[in-house]
Amino acid sequence: MTDVAIEGSSGRRTRRSSSLRDADVGRARLPPRELLGVALQGLRTRKLRAALSALGIAIGIGAMVAVVGVSSSAQANLIAEIDALGTNLLTVSPGTDFLGNSAVLAPSSVPMIAHMLNVKSDAPIYQLTNANVYRTPFVPAEQTGGIGVDAASENLPKVLGAGLSSGHFLSAVGQRYPEVVLGSQAAATLQINQVGGHVLVYIGNRYFNVIGILKPVKLDSSLDSVVFISLPVAERLFQQLPEPSEIYVRSGQNNVTSVANLLPATANPQDPSGVSVNRPSDVLEARAAAKGQFTTLLLGLGAVALLVGAIGIANIMVISVLERRGEIGLRRALGATRGHISLQFLAESALLAAIGGVFGLLIGAGATEVYAATRHEPFVVPTYALIAAPCAGFLIGALAGLYPAAKAARLSPTEALRA
Amino acid sequence: MSVELTDVVKEYPGGVTALRDVSVDIPAGGQVAVVGPSGSGKTTMLTILGTLERPTSGDVRVAGHDTTTASDGELAGLRAHQIGFVFQAFHLQESMSAVDNVATGMLYTGAPLGRRRALAREALERVGLGHRLDFRPKQLSGGERQRVAIARAIAKRPAILLADEPTGNLDSKSGAGVLDVLHELGSDGATLVLITHDEHIAGGFPRRLHMRDGEIVEDERA
Repeated sequence: MTDVAIEGSSGRRTRRSSSLRDADVGRARLPPRELLGVALQGLRTRKLRAALSALGIAIGIGAMVAVVGVSSSAQANLIAEIDALGTNLLTVSPGTDFLGNSAVLAPSSVPMIAHMLNVKSDAPIYQLTNANVYRTPFVPAEQTGGIGVDAASENLPKVLGAGLSSGHFLSAVGQRYPEVVLGSQAAATLQINQVGGHVLVYIGNRYFNVIGILKPVKLDSSLDSVVFISLPVAERLFQQLPEPSEIYVRSGQNNVTSVANLLPATANPQDPSGVSVNRPSDVLEARAAAKGQFTTLLLGLGAVALLVGAIGIANIMVISVLERRGEIGLRRALGATRGHISLQFLAESALLAAIGGVFGLLIGAGATEVYAATRHEPFVVPTYALIAAPCAGFLIGALAGLYPAAKAARLSPTEALRA
Repeated sequence: MSVELTDVVKEYPGGVTALRDVSVDIPAGGQVAVVGPSGSGKTTMLTILGTLERPTSGDVRVAGHDTTTASDGELAGLRAHQIGFVFQAFHLQESMSAVDNVATGMLYTGAPLGRRRALAREALERVGLGHRLDFRPKQLSGGERQRVAIARAIAKRPAILLADEPTGNLDSKSGAGVLDVLHELGSDGATLVLITHDEHIAGGFPRRLHMRDGEIVEDERA
C-alpha cells in the first residue's frame, strides 16, 4: 500500500493518496440467508411484541380469507345443488315471430320433441288465461293472489326434479276429475299446508280437490306460484287449446347443446325463430356466481383491519428502531452499510407481517370450516388465497417497514453508540 | 495499517465543534493512548479514525488511502474487515451466547456461520474465556463481558483496533486483565488506539495524545 505522489495544482494538497476504492480492504456483505437470520433473531428476542403486532395482520387477513372462504363455500354448495338437479333441463317456450307478434307453440310440437333423438323426457304445461284460484267462492274476484293456473302432464315433477311436500301429483287415473296440485308459493298464499280431509279450492265456478303440494321447484321458481290441473279437465271445463305455453325437456347429459340447437326447428319447422329455448341451470349458475362474489362491505372491513395492523407494525418498528439504537450503532461499527441496516428492519417487518398472514390464513380457513360445517356446506377456500395471504402480509409488512427502515439507516452510528 | 488525520474538523448540528484542526499520524502497529477530560473530543476522534463518521473538513487516510471520497459501502467494507471496535458499554446482545456475540462481529465480512463460530471460539480462548463459550452476557461478570467484546473485535484479526474506555465500567482488577489482553494483541502488529482518562493506564503506552477542547495539546512519546 504505497502513497502516490501527485503534484497538486490546487496548492493545498501537494500529496494525494490513492482512493480507498483501489485498496483491497474487502467488501461489506450480508448474504440473503444471513439477512433472514438477523431478521429472525430480531423477532425472536422480542417474542411477545412480535406476536401481538403480527396478530393485527392475522386478524385482517383472517377476516378477508373468511369472507372469501364463506362465499366460496356457499357458492360451491349452490353449484352442487344445481348439479344434483341436473344441468340437462331445457325449456321451450313461444318467442316472438318474424313480425314481432307473440308466437304460439303448435300442439304437434310436444310429440315432435318427444321423438327427438337424445331427448330423454319432456313435459308440457299449458297456461290457462281465463281461470283464477280462490279458497272459497266468497273471495272477491279481483283478489286472485297472483296465482296462475296451468294444465300439466303427470310427469312434470319427474322432468323438473321437483318433489312433493304433501300428497301426490296429477295421475293418469284421476285426470278426468277436478283435482289440483298446488305450487309451494300458491299453497302458502291459499294458506294450505297439507292435503287430506277434503281440502278444496275454487277454480272457475267449481271446487277442485287439492291432492298434492309441490316443494319449491329450484330449476324454475315461476312454477311455485301456480296450481296444476290436468289437460283433459282444462280442455273440458275451460276450453283450453292444447297449445303448450312451455315444454320442459331433459336431454342426454352430453347432448344438451345439440338438442338445444335442434329444438326450435323441431318445435316449429315453419318458423324456428318464433321458438325460444333456455337452460334454467345457466341462470341459476350465474346467480350462484353472483352470490359467490364476496360482499364488498365485508372485504372492506377486512381491509380496514389490515390497515390498522399495518400501522401497528409500523408503529412497533419505529419504537424498535429507537430502542435498538445501540444495536444499530454496533452493527455499523461491525461493518454494516446503511443499506444493510435498512434491509434488516425491512426484513423484520416483512417477515413479521408474512407470519401474521400465514396465521390469518389459518384463522380464516378455520372460520370458513366452522361456518361450512354448521350449514352442511362443502369447505372451500380458493387456492389463490393460500398464496395471496402470506404474500399480502409480506408486502404490507415491507410497506409498513419502509419508514422505520429509512429512519434506522439515517441514524448516526456515533450517537447510537452513545445512547 | 496506518491511520492519518490531517486538519480534521468535526462540527455537529447546533454549532458544537468536537474537533478543531486535528492532525495526527499513527503508523501501522503503533500503540497510542488518548487521554483527556470528558468532552475533549476523544470519542469523536476515535469514530473518525474508525470511519464511523466523516469529518466536516480535513482528510482521513487509512493505510495511505483517502477515505473522503469513499462510499458508505467501501467504508463499511473497511470496518467489516480491518477495524475492530471496543466500547465502554460492551454492546453485547443479551439474547446470544458469547460465541454468537463474537461470531456476529464477523457477520458483515460475508464469512459463513461455521467459519465465524470457529474463529469466535478461537478468539474467546485467546481472551481467556474458553470455558464461557455458551454463556449469555447476563451470566458473565463485567470483566468477562468486556473480554467477550474484545474477542468480538479481534476475532477477524483487524489491522486496527480502536477501544473507547474499555476499562471504564470495570473494577481495577478486571481492568488490568482487559488491558493485558489488549497489549498482547497490540504486540501482534495491529494498530491500537485506546481512549482513557486514567493516566495510569495511559502510562503503559509508548505514545500518549493529550486532548482538550477538541484539540491535541500534547503528543507525548516515551
